[in-house]
Amino acid sequence: MTSPRREPGVEAPLRSGALLKDVMAAHFAAVERAARDRTAPVAWCTSVGPVELLRALGYEVFFPENHGALLGASRMAGETMPRAHALGYSPDICSYLTSDIGAYLEKRTPLARHGLSQPPRPDVLLYSTNQCREVRDWFEFYGREWGVPVVGVTSFRDLGEIAPLHLDAIERQLEALIPPLEAVAGRRLDAARLEEAVSRSRACSEAWRDCLAASAARPAALTFFDATIHMGPAVVLRGTAEACTYYQHLLAELRERVQRGAGALPRERFRLYWDGMPIWGRLRDLATLFAQLDTSVVASTYCNSWIFEALDPRDPLRSMARASLELFIARAEEPKQRYLERMIREFSVDGVVFHDSKTCPNNSNARFGMPQRLRRSSGVPVLVLDGDLNDLRCFSDEQARTNIEGFVEQLEGAGPPRGAEAGS
Amino acid sequence: VTAGPCYAGLDCGSWNTKAALVDAEGRLIATAVVRTGADLHAAADRALSELLERAGVTRGDVAALWSTGFGRHALTLASGSRTELDSHARGALRYVEGPLTVIDIGGQDAKIILVDAEGRRIGHKMNRKCAAGTGSFLEEMALRLDVGIGELPALAAGFTEELQLGSFCTVFTGTEVLALIRQGKRPPDLARAAYRSVVKRVLEMERVEGRIVATGGVVAHHPMVVELLEKATGASVFVPEHPQEIGALGVAVAAREAALAPAA
Repeated sequence: MTSPRREPGVEAPLRSGALLKDVMAAHFAAVERAARDRTAPVAWCTSVGPVELLRALGYEVFFPENHGALLGASRMAGETMPRAHALGYSPDICSYLTSDIGAYLEKRTPLARHGLSQPPRPDVLLYSTNQCREVRDWFEFYGREWGVPVVGVTSFRDLGEIAPLHLDAIERQLEALIPPLEAVAGRRLDAARLEEAVSRSRACSEAWRDCLAASAARPAALTFFDATIHMGPAVVLRGTAEACTYYQHLLAELRERVQRGAGALPRERFRLYWDGMPIWGRLRDLATLFAQLDTSVVASTYCNSWIFEALDPRDPLRSMARASLELFIARAEEPKQRYLERMIREFSVDGVVFHDSKTCPNNSNARFGMPQRLRRSSGVPVLVLDGDLNDLRCFSDEQARTNIEGFVEQLEGAGPPRGAEAGS
Repeated sequence: VTAGPCYAGLDCGSWNTKAALVDAEGRLIATAVVRTGADLHAAADRALSELLERAGVTRGDVAALWSTGFGRHALTLASGSRTELDSHARGALRYVEGPLTVIDIGGQDAKIILVDAEGRRIGHKMNRKCAAGTGSFLEEMALRLDVGIGELPALAAGFTEELQLGSFCTVFTGTEVLALIRQGKRPPDLARAAYRSVVKRVLEMERVEGRIVATGGVVAHHPMVVELLEKATGASVFVPEHPQEIGALGVAVAAREAALAPAA
């Protein structure tokens, strides 16, 4: 039956988890120290923005989206968002933004567990709208609040094929960012340091990609829910040696799991793909529910978003432009569909869950008929789950549970799982 | 009552707890419906007692009891459970072969369940976190029209004008109804418009394919919904006997199938 009332057993936790905590704590401490002691310039950057420029100029970098995720995961977001709503930031816009601005107004932060009383104050804010327009509005709030410069790339969105004219436009904008970033940092951009940062970002991307690829094995070595935690360094330390080192450790451990045939779940009957944002405040509940159903969420668009394979130290700016435009979130429906079809094949998934995140239309792909088209083209069943990244008022636990359990029951009735008959 | 073991299903819904009993051959022999109220377990006990009494059997004759509905996991007296999605599809398939679309309209949610020609579930949609398109919406409209929910069908039967209610939100629709009353619109026409609104909200959830089977408490007690479904889809809509208890029947069938399945 579908709903066993047992607690899921789990593979021993990844040893890398302890290292992850140290790496993240060291990151927060370093940015905090720089902001407090003025030992290095501090920048805030969007999560898939041109961080390599900042690394090359010696900035310590803080990522507000990471803070947004922490606000969601700690469920502090529910208490902070209303302050931003009252300021005119609608409940219908990005709940990372409203959580974070609300937290600033409330003077609260989940970083307190790392000894920070508030996010480190920046000298400059750097955005790229390759993911959404909200990041710019978000940063401009703080720019006004603190009187610091806000610079960025106004990117293309909904791109089909990426043409030279698109790359030219982004590359020109990246070039134009250099003088203001140099002015704040008080130093000139060194070409060798930029190449090094791009090289490290590329190495981090490749190692993270290989970690995620370990879940192509049956059983999957890492679930989506674990991956959303382990991707921390790929987000906040991209372009540093620390991130590369971390993923080498994680990769070795995951490969060891694969080698001995162990999976993230004790039993894996079905394999799913997750498209869209995590539901941060319900991450653990959903991980437990899927585990109880012996269903592994083996891959996701979200975790894949920090793989930048186009980065090339031999041509830093051009390759940064390409990497920023190749991102799934910046693409049109047709390349997105091709990508999802490829993921279904590569990870041998039995079904796809689309999280339709109320306040994140840019990272919700269930609104223009994609689930229906994908179901037809791939033959794989799909489930659309209504929710939100941080605003749990948009999420019904009961309805989500019924939707997910009902979906797994549907898979049970659909014949043997993909690839299972081959014993792969 | 046929000889041999019986199989019971309990559907713990938000408004009502429904019970169904099938015999050893899988034939429906009795059903019961009680208000769920605030005590899920007491409601389940009442529903089960009523069911057994109607069927003329004892608890000892029940070989397996499974649960469905929002309270399915809470019922300790059930030895297994399935979601409402599975149960309604299974129940509908007792009456109609696939391919079919089950439209289930309950107190708190509405579902569209797609079943293929082999009787396998191939997809579903549930209403968003919103009362529109559910029994809760009709309760709110009855309140605005100053009638009990049970009086709404008779009121709507006297309609003479087709009105539109355009809001997505139940609260906004309530305001819209008040505005229409101020404009002199008649309560029977507004009651009819409330049913039309439910049907519109439900049909925009998913494309319906194959034969349509309508189930759920709203279908059982508000037949105008079925008439409007037929009008909107241009297809005949099959309503099984006991449409409200179809989920309970489905999960009783699931309990029987599990009991009879060869051990793995």
